[in-house]
Amino acid sequence: MDAKPRLAVHKFSSCDGCQLAFLNQGAELLQLATLVEIVHFAQAGFVAPDATVDMAFVEGSISTPEDEKRIRLVRKNSRYLVAIGACATAGGLQALRNRAPGGAGWIAEIYPQPGHIHALPASTAVSAHVPVDAELWGCPVNGRQVLDAVRGRLFGVTPVVETDKVCLECKRQQGVCVLVAHGAPCMGPVTRTGCGALCPRLHRDCYACYGPAENANTQALGRRLADLGLSPAAIARRFLSINNAATAFRDAGDRWQEEDHGDA
Amino acid sequence: MAATGFLLRGHMQNLLDALRAAGYRCVGPQVRDGAIIYDTLSQADDLPWGWRDEQKPGRYRLGRHDSPWGFAWANGPQGLKPLLFASADTLQTARRTDEGALHFESATPHAIATAVLGVRACDLAALRLQDQHFLEGLVPDPHYAARRADLFLIAVHCTHPAATCFCVSTGDGPRAEHGFDLALGETEEGFLGTAGSAAGAGFAKRLPLRAAEPREQDALEARITAAAAAQQRSLPARDLRAALFANLRHPRWEEVATRCLSCGNCTAVCPSCFCHAQSEEPTLDGLSSMSVRRWDSCFTQGHSAIHGIVIRADTRQRYRQWLTHKLGSWHDQYGRSGCVGCGRCITWCPVGIDITEEAAGICGSGHV
Amino acid sequence: MSEPHLMHEAVICERIQESPTIFTLRLAFTDPEHKARYRFQPGQFNMVGLYGVGQSPISIVSDPEDEHLLDHTIRGLGRVSLGLSRLAPGGRVGLRGPYGRGWPLAAAEGRNIVLVTGGLGCAPAVSVIRYILRRRERFGHLTILQGVKHADDLIWRQQYERWSGLPDVYVGLAADVSAPGWFGQVGPVTVLFDRAPIAPGSLVMLCGPEMMMRAVVEDLRHRGIDENDIWLSMERNMHCAVGLCGHCQIGPYFVCRNGPVFSYPELKALLGERGF
Repeated sequence: MDAKPRLAVHKFSSCDGCQLAFLNQGAELLQLATLVEIVHFAQAGFVAPDATVDMAFVEGSISTPEDEKRIRLVRKNSRYLVAIGACATAGGLQALRNRAPGGAGWIAEIYPQPGHIHALPASTAVSAHVPVDAELWGCPVNGRQVLDAVRGRLFGVTPVVETDKVCLECKRQQGVCVLVAHGAPCMGPVTRTGCGALCPRLHRDCYACYGPAENANTQALGRRLADLGLSPAAIARRFLSINNAATAFRDAGDRWQEEDHGDA
Repeated sequence: MAATGFLLRGHMQNLLDALRAAGYRCVGPQVRDGAIIYDTLSQADDLPWGWRDEQKPGRYRLGRHDSPWGFAWANGPQGLKPLLFASADTLQTARRTDEGALHFESATPHAIATAVLGVRACDLAALRLQDQHFLEGLVPDPHYAARRADLFLIAVHCTHPAATCFCVSTGDGPRAEHGFDLALGETEEGFLGTAGSAAGAGFAKRLPLRAAEPREQDALEARITAAAAAQQRSLPARDLRAALFANLRHPRWEEVATRCLSCGNCTAVCPSCFCHAQSEEPTLDGLSSMSVRRWDSCFTQGHSAIHGIVIRADTRQRYRQWLTHKLGSWHDQYGRSGCVGCGRCITWCPVGIDITEEAAGICGSGHV
Repeated sequence: MSEPHLMHEAVICERIQESPTIFTLRLAFTDPEHKARYRFQPGQFNMVGLYGVGQSPISIVSDPEDEHLLDHTIRGLGRVSLGLSRLAPGGRVGLRGPYGRGWPLAAAEGRNIVLVTGGLGCAPAVSVIRYILRRRERFGHLTILQGVKHADDLIWRQQYERWSGLPDVYVGLAADVSAPGWFGQVGPVTVLFDRAPIAPGSLVMLCGPEMMMRAVVEDLRHRGIDENDIWLSMERNMHCAVGLCGHCQIGPYFVCRNGPVFSYPELKALLGERGF
């Protein structure tokens, strides 16, 4: 029998939450270990960051000069590279710092010894630095997404990339629209599905943690949120959250921020 | 149709008990998550007694009223569709042996005899459309067929249409005319019942019905007539198929695309929309894989994707596909419009796009 | 009970690389009973399933009387077709079909036939060419006109050369972009029309990109071809292939069951209309 494919899970600038998509799988994690050889996965106790592998999952954004150097090495060492989570696919929540006025001056306002902070001017997606074979969106990604990607790789195909809106999955699960029935500022109509419509099914408005869906009409949703009583600043914040650096959301956030300043 | 008898409001539990005794799972309307939805119903107390709805484009609210009525509301987000055309169905299971041989097995349709209480006329019309699609085409769909075979339908005439309803203009309501086993009409004291099938007539004999009085019949007729008259919306009464296809480049398509979220809510709540996507779901060990179909929508990219090309890449084309199909080419496929006037797509559109306004805007509202 | 969604196992008997991205899988059902029952018409298609990944509609290019093998010529582009491209002889796939309405072969008997194809590897047309050539006495003159974007895209080159040497057969090739060694003409497929035998009363079969088919139809109408004699093979997204899933609609038609072959008058109103 052929040797098992070698797998690595790398972490960059992130909260480690996406790695839990593997660790929380219980029995399936054990099964995974029989299908692939886990070579590097620090959180699970496998440490070989420089090993060459067939498939690497990369969590986290590229935020420091060290990240930048290391991602190139990971790319070189990996035949197939999957960026997982909002940080790796869009720069993450921490990309909000890219928007800070006046460059990195804010660092001095927060850290008592700012000299210890070695950060790149911006927190960016993995794909801004190296070619990526697949991107799994979400904050965090879930077990189904990462295991599907492994299974697909074992079958020799790329993972299915979900692009539909959360609404579709919400309705498949017989969810009652929280925007229509409760006036909640739900981001579902512009947000990529993959979460299983978790929030609306728990009567909570979607907060766009899976990033922009394809063909997202952020302007129309923004106008609707304004009708619901949200201020331009509040609407901008709806877009400028976890996936603030994803193009569709960044542009929408910019527009509503301008609107806000126009009002002021 | 002459009334079969009169069921007092207090006897609704007898009806549910009789359905259960006849072997049915009973599904009925109830309040959940701020809307009237259909789900398994065991207690008559769980019916939406005293609840009223307020609907307008992009908005739905429920409120309590000091009234004993149980059906004084217009349809919520879903009706019969999810009960028959399930939002997810496994179609087949494939297994692969160590030697690489494949074994395929059709998934057994699972259905339990179900009685649905409170079906509206618009949903009966939509059921007929779904029957045409899933049962009367090239091959009957076994999953839909299994659920459809054991369905007992108790209609309730609509006496409280919403502002978004327009079933009068599509000819599908508010009175339930056919396609039911039993129809109920709510009045001050209870329900006038009319059998619509042999099974319905047989079932009515098990209910504690008293003779209906003419004044009760008259009161119900007046209610239904008033419900029809109260409808505020209508589709243009012209040949929409011809008008839509003659206006494929109308600037209104572009304009509606600036408002449309392309989110697919309209198609999900539409009781006649039937599109579904099929995908493979292998187990992690790779030893088996299920083919699963799920509700899809012509508002997605995947709907028209074909080896690298998306035929309907933008919202203008997607909205146009939906409307020209629903109100236009549906006539060619099924002999009538695909719209039954339930108004769900208007209420449940997060931005309140109104199909009647768009149709009038594109086709003109005249009677040509 | 009918089982419209059920696949049957088929084995890959042979795999032929036709071009860098195009390959042919020669398949046989493994269940002898199913194999014996199975019949198809040129122009029809099967759903080919890659285990654990998905299904794709693929037209059948072999001859219906070829009892043993079902040939499927595939361009490796999507998730399923790229995956299929990696399978080797002996590998297994799922297969269900045949589906749809094929070419109007009964109506074509005794008549001159003109086949115009465009784009890469026009499999539906190849099936009908082979069908006619094997039953040569039943058909009149055969004109085959193939257009490709780039000269290097042409597959089955030897086949075209062989066909052009046959009596009562004319083969014309055109490429939008020429390349060294290109022996055909340069331009869209319609540049071939002036020189090619396109007799009045011919029955025309088309396959390829819709804009190309539209241009061809327009040209042919000027040459006096009756629109009822023009037939087109269409491609759309398909999941179920039995008229249920809704993806393949073009206006009133479900391409999987009303097509994939249509007469031009059926499609006239929407052919080339973007978004349909």
